[in-house]
Amino acid sequence: MPILTDRDREAVRTELDKLTGPVKLVVFSTSLGASEYCAETERLVKEVAECSDQVTVEILNLHIDRDRAAAYGVDRVPAIVVEGARDYGIRFFGIPMGYEFTNLIDSMIAASSGTPTLSVATLERLAGLKEQVHIQVFSTPT
Amino acid sequence: MRLAHHLAIASDLIRADCVEATEFPDMAQRYMVMAVPKTVVNDRVSFEGALPEVQFVDAVLQAVDGEGQGANR
Repeated sequence: MPILTDRDREAVRTELDKLTGPVKLVVFSTSLGASEYCAETERLVKEVAECSDQVTVEILNLHIDRDRAAAYGVDRVPAIVVEGARDYGIRFFGIPMGYEFTNLIDSMIAASSGTPTLSVATLERLAGLKEQVHIQVFSTPT
Repeated sequence: MRLAHHLAIASDLIRADCVEATEFPDMAQRYMVMAVPKTVVNDRVSFEGALPEVQFVDAVLQAVDGEGQGANR
């Protein structure tokens, strides 16, 4: 049974029409442990990809594709890497449902152009960064 | 979360993870996630709730400027 309803798919298609370039969703999954969440995440991502020709999906296994997981800094599943022209450092851990589904779509649109929607002042402040920054935002599906 | 991902696009030095707290209870416990959204920056600065862009960037820069009060963990 599909996760997205016909109405959801229509809304996703409309949003993904805003993509200005290709987007790749790299899903890290496993057949062990959190396999139920992984299977659902794989299904959701594939359904999203069906809504736009610009979106491709690559499914990797955390335990088999260890080098790729290490390169992406992924150590738990399910995980989704949202890539545009390159890897911008956008990650989702867990199924992006509810409000986070909106964020997944938004991050895809932003990654497709590589252009963030931020003020000039913020961009100037970030230009002065000299250290790595790791931001983790915890959310729940509601 | 949207803001964090846009910051990641803006800077090669920033990585932004969205973590579903109920699927990763060990992490939620480690970072003492009692309310969402909860944001943790470099394990040093943390805050609950959605902040406007300026304050969010303040918190991010505070984490690298060495002024952090320490994340709950």
